[in-house]
Amino acid sequence: MEKRDKNISAMSTPAIGEAGKTGDWRDMKPVIDHSKCIPSVKKRAACYLCWLYCPEGVIKTGIPVEIDMDYCKGCGVCAEECPAKAITMINEGDDNG
Amino acid sequence: MAETIIMTGNTAAAIAAKLCQVQVVAAYPITPQTSIIETLSQFIESGALKAEYVRVESEHSAMTVCISASTVGARVFTSTSSHGLLYMHEQLHWAAGSRLPVVMCCVNRGVGAPWSIFNDQQDSIAQRDTGWIQLYCRDNQEIIDTVIQAYRIAEEVYAPVMVCYDGFVLSHTMMPVCVPDTETVNSFLPPYKPHTFLSAEKPRNINPVIFPGMRHNSEGVLCDGYMEMRYKLQEALEKARDVIVSVGMQYAKLTGRDYSELLWRYKTEDAEILLTGMGSIATEATVAVDQLRQEGIKAGVVGIRAYRPFPRKAIQEALKNAKALIVLEKDISYGFEGALCSDIKAALYGTGLNAPLHNYIAGLGGRDVKAREIYEAVKTSLEDMKSKKAQNKTIWINCRR
Repeated sequence: MEKRDKNISAMSTPAIGEAGKTGDWRDMKPVIDHSKCIPSVKKRAACYLCWLYCPEGVIKTGIPVEIDMDYCKGCGVCAEECPAKAITMINEGDDNG
Repeated sequence: MAETIIMTGNTAAAIAAKLCQVQVVAAYPITPQTSIIETLSQFIESGALKAEYVRVESEHSAMTVCISASTVGARVFTSTSSHGLLYMHEQLHWAAGSRLPVVMCCVNRGVGAPWSIFNDQQDSIAQRDTGWIQLYCRDNQEIIDTVIQAYRIAEEVYAPVMVCYDGFVLSHTMMPVCVPDTETVNSFLPPYKPHTFLSAEKPRNINPVIFPGMRHNSEGVLCDGYMEMRYKLQEALEKARDVIVSVGMQYAKLTGRDYSELLWRYKTEDAEILLTGMGSIATEATVAVDQLRQEGIKAGVVGIRAYRPFPRKAIQEALKNAKALIVLEKDISYGFEGALCSDIKAALYGTGLNAPLHNYIAGLGGRDVKAREIYEAVKTSLEDMKSKKAQNKTIWINCRR
């Protein structure tokens, strides 16, 4: 049986995912084209404007850049700011994934 | 040994808080409540009560201090009246939503505009839907007894309790009060066990933003949404009915004073005309009932002790043989009728009882309500109720129109 919180008043702990997987609020999702994304193309740490602008802090500054879809709410700020136009917003479910 | 001392209602409330060994008192002065906290500050200053007295700049802060202290495990007390209570309104919801067993005396006083320092019950009635248990006292003995019971009730159901009593009529009037001894209160009231603790080892946010839906937390545990939290509070207040009764029965065993019901009765066995009300106006009605009975009118009083939770079943049972109902109250829900009257009618819905009911709005802003005036009002109502057009009326008693 599913474990149910017994507390009689509202509480939370300071931990990742405490508010649930907020990525399920998403209507559109960002998809990165790594043939255009600057760190992927140059094969070194560069640009990362998506990471800088992401209001949710769900973008990792690696090579390649990764977005944590568990918590990305699909706002589209990264796609708007990407200077290489490497990120496009697609409807949730349109990529069969 | 219990001792009988002549004292005011406010002294009774302060002594009760002391007997319950409250650990934090945070309050702001307001007439007619002030002498409670003055007395408590003297107890604390002299060392008779080991508690922290927190001086605050407003009632909003007073309740906030009580909420914080209760959250970290202290038994807390505060008291207020009228505008002070209204200023607390937001924090009343926070105390109830956090499920904290705060006990507060509300010394009932009218609400401005215009200014009045005198008694009616508009202040506490206006806070009816904050999730607090509301108990009303009819005399000073009930004040001391009710405050002591309030801690047991609050700490068992984890909901705050407002002990309401009439300003000046009780707060500043001296009556003999039997004061239970410390051992008796200690045996009745175990130490407060908070439902949750804050600790540095396991840090937590208390009362974070809650989304409309339920959520899985970081450990995968399904947590309540806002509605589930509200439902639990409603369940707690519904459960409080039985708790108030069982606590009252235990208290009766220790003291010999009967608190076994959510309401009290006076000469109701054969009564056909039933008067109801809360607080001292219901006590006044008992004198009117004696006068009516001298004329052979079978009248009785059903006094309401618990207003929230509302004693629906007890009222249905107590009023079932009524041929006429008189609801006396010191409040008004503007644009409709007295709040108690509406609730009594709602409780009787579907029971088949269809007795005529007259609702008397009385004593607003301290306007005197004499037993003789209640007696005359009942006589007038009984005559009036013979007409089909006057089965359900709201009448302002002792008010020139």
